[in-house]
Amino acid sequence: MSMLKVTNLTKKFGDFKALDGVNLEVNEGEIMGFIGPNGAGKSTTIKVLLGILKATDGEVQIFGKDAWDDAVEIHKRVAYVPGDVNLWPNLTGGEVIDLFVKLRGTNHKSRRDELIEKFSLDPKKKCRTYSKGNRQKVALIAAFSSDADLYILDEPTSGLDPLMENIFQECVKDLKKQGKSVLLSSHILSEVEKLCDKVAIIRKGTIIETGTLAELRHLTRTQLLIETKKPVKNLAELKGVHDVEVKEQGLSFQVDTEELDNVLRHVSQFGVLKLESAPPTLEDLFMRHYESGDNEATPGAGGGN
Amino acid sequence: MALKHLTKTGQLSRFILRLDRVKVSLWLIGITFFTLIVPAAFEGLYENQQERDAMAETMANPAMTAMVGPGNLENYTTGAMTTHQMLLMTALVAGLMSILLVSRHTRGDEEDGRIELIRSLPAGRLSYLNAALVVITGTSVVLALINGFGLYALGIETMDLAGSLLYGAGLGGTALVFAGVAAVFAQLSESSRGTIGLSIGVLLFSYLFRAVTDISNESLSWLSPLGWVTKTEAYTNNNWGPIFLMVVAAAILFILANYLQSIRDLESGFLPSKPGRSTASSFLQGPLGLAWRLQRTGAFFWAIGMFVLGASYGSVMGDMESFFEGNEMLQQMLQPVEGLTLTEQFIPMLLIVMSIMATVPPVIAMNKLRGEEKKERLDHLLGRAVSRTQLMGGYLLLAVLNAFIMISLTAIGLWSAADAVMEEGLSFSMIYGAALAYLPATLVMVGLAVFLAGVLPKLTPFVWAYVLYSFFVVYLGNLMQFPEWTAKISPFGHVAQVPVEEAAFLPLFLLCVVAAALMALGLIGFRKRDISA
Repeated sequence: MSMLKVTNLTKKFGDFKALDGVNLEVNEGEIMGFIGPNGAGKSTTIKVLLGILKATDGEVQIFGKDAWDDAVEIHKRVAYVPGDVNLWPNLTGGEVIDLFVKLRGTNHKSRRDELIEKFSLDPKKKCRTYSKGNRQKVALIAAFSSDADLYILDEPTSGLDPLMENIFQECVKDLKKQGKSVLLSSHILSEVEKLCDKVAIIRKGTIIETGTLAELRHLTRTQLLIETKKPVKNLAELKGVHDVEVKEQGLSFQVDTEELDNVLRHVSQFGVLKLESAPPTLEDLFMRHYESGDNEATPGAGGGN
Repeated sequence: MALKHLTKTGQLSRFILRLDRVKVSLWLIGITFFTLIVPAAFEGLYENQQERDAMAETMANPAMTAMVGPGNLENYTTGAMTTHQMLLMTALVAGLMSILLVSRHTRGDEEDGRIELIRSLPAGRLSYLNAALVVITGTSVVLALINGFGLYALGIETMDLAGSLLYGAGLGGTALVFAGVAAVFAQLSESSRGTIGLSIGVLLFSYLFRAVTDISNESLSWLSPLGWVTKTEAYTNNNWGPIFLMVVAAAILFILANYLQSIRDLESGFLPSKPGRSTASSFLQGPLGLAWRLQRTGAFFWAIGMFVLGASYGSVMGDMESFFEGNEMLQQMLQPVEGLTLTEQFIPMLLIVMSIMATVPPVIAMNKLRGEEKKERLDHLLGRAVSRTQLMGGYLLLAVLNAFIMISLTAIGLWSAADAVMEEGLSFSMIYGAALAYLPATLVMVGLAVFLAGVLPKLTPFVWAYVLYSFFVVYLGNLMQFPEWTAKISPFGHVAQVPVEEAAFLPLFLLCVVAAALMALGLIGFRKRDISA
């Protein structure tokens, strides 16, 4: 069942097109990673999902309801953590958590206290004294102690230390066990790799890739380092071979995953002494998309759709 | 050793000036405008010394002394009159300007983490503080000079160059002293709210202290920085001693601020902050509770302020009749009406001014919504099960209650003080009813604030221009005989002036309709627009 479905979403600010035909879908029990460079439109998309910004065009549905018209109804089952957590300087963290939980209508006192303990937050301090990480903890505790069906997390860990990030990851895994859905926007790719079932990459207001990590890996290149008895001939001319470099230890190059078989066949003619391969990481994928120019922006087919 | 802590002060001063160029200019223009317009008006209103002496006589009572300070009533020239009636009040405003500008660039910038960024650059540890002080010192000097030369340029006979410059210096000096006060409190308090609150507290205490000592024992007024302003006796004895005192006091405060800054850690203060509640009270459970929580302190102080304002007007009521007899200006403003004492005729004028003052806190309460939006805090609420209407409706409800309470308190303050000083007290129901008649006009202002917040959020501050306009046309309009339509543009110009005029309900009803329409449009607009900073 689709928890969140965005079809052809466009958002303009004056003449500037912040989002240009975004398509996104999160199904029940799915954890969707939402990645993209700064200014690509992640937060704008999320604010449209929450009915804080109004879509210029396109359809945005959460739980089958319209994100703008039925915002209040939807929000009873949504938990949100913003990227920049701005809090009221003269309220304490504890007060803000209670207020946030109450505003959704549920009350999990024991869960709240347990999370405050886990994230080691001092709830008696005024928010003005909190660091970025502590303000983020306030928002995270409020989100995790409410009983929602969809969690929308916008770069929730950018201010947390590694220990707290681990606790955050545990909390997300808990949600997964309970069959909850999560949309996780993040810059920390290792985190996305660890937690997410699917990934959507946004760039300049358009989703350029969606799919499971396996599907996306398929679209990318494998890094190879080989040493052969005889010098390899005509390698650069082969289809799917990129960035050939002669190094001390041998030849280093990248191969499109679908051409791997052909290339290995070709190379093996020259007597392979050593072969090292590095699997494509999400980071490679990410970098490749971020760095590529406009003409190269839509390679292959998106896996997810 | 000290110099390395001041590296790049000059560059940072230019930076702060660049940030504040509009704000500083507006303050300077505003203060100068009021300084120059009043003596010019006095020249038109009092044609000869006889009329001025008559005015002087009516000013010779303790209530007036408490309000504006002592003056040279024996030789009440236009110059002496300006100094007596305007200098202290204008100095109070200049002090407020300093407090707001300085706390913004000291504790304000520190609280928001901007000073941390500056400190990480090759700038000295004390550079930013001193840059802020350089800018406010420059502002004070410019304030002194343009007011001084401006007054002289009016070409009024009794306002010579020396007196004019001293008058300006009094304003600039006060600005400097309270810049020092704010700079010191910025070190002591841990928040910019605390800095502003404590500094304004000192400002008001200085004012009240000298109000008491000016009546009881004038030499004790030397203990209050605001007492010094009137001690200059500009245009009379031209006493420069107090200016010297102001500069010395400011220098000491500046040095103290530097010392305190140098011995403390960034983002810490000397006044302890106590831990708060670990859970929300049963009151803080929804958008309305939160909105109230955010404005209750402010509302509380406004409430006290409004009561004191009403009471201070009420306290002069006892001397009213004698006050009117010799005063042609006021007689010009008040056409005698049969069956009413002059005091009673004066009441509508007081009420109209007080009701506009009482409009300020509800409009602040309403504009808080846009302020929260700009700080991206509304996202927390709207991202949860809170509707736009519920959110704005909560702020509106508080603003309306606020309007009702503020106007009531001014009326109660006015009545209770007047009742105490007058031989025959005033009727409470008459005063209260007349004051409440202004509530619909206040609601129009609140309605405009709602409308702007909902439909034209970028223009929210425009409502202040309208409030200021209303104040200007109803306060000075009569005095300067503006055409009548200028007052009719303001909602306050449509309220019947009870008890002089018959109470008229139709205009009040229509004002309510306008207010309700503006509110409805604002609520609808708020539901349809993007929430964004």
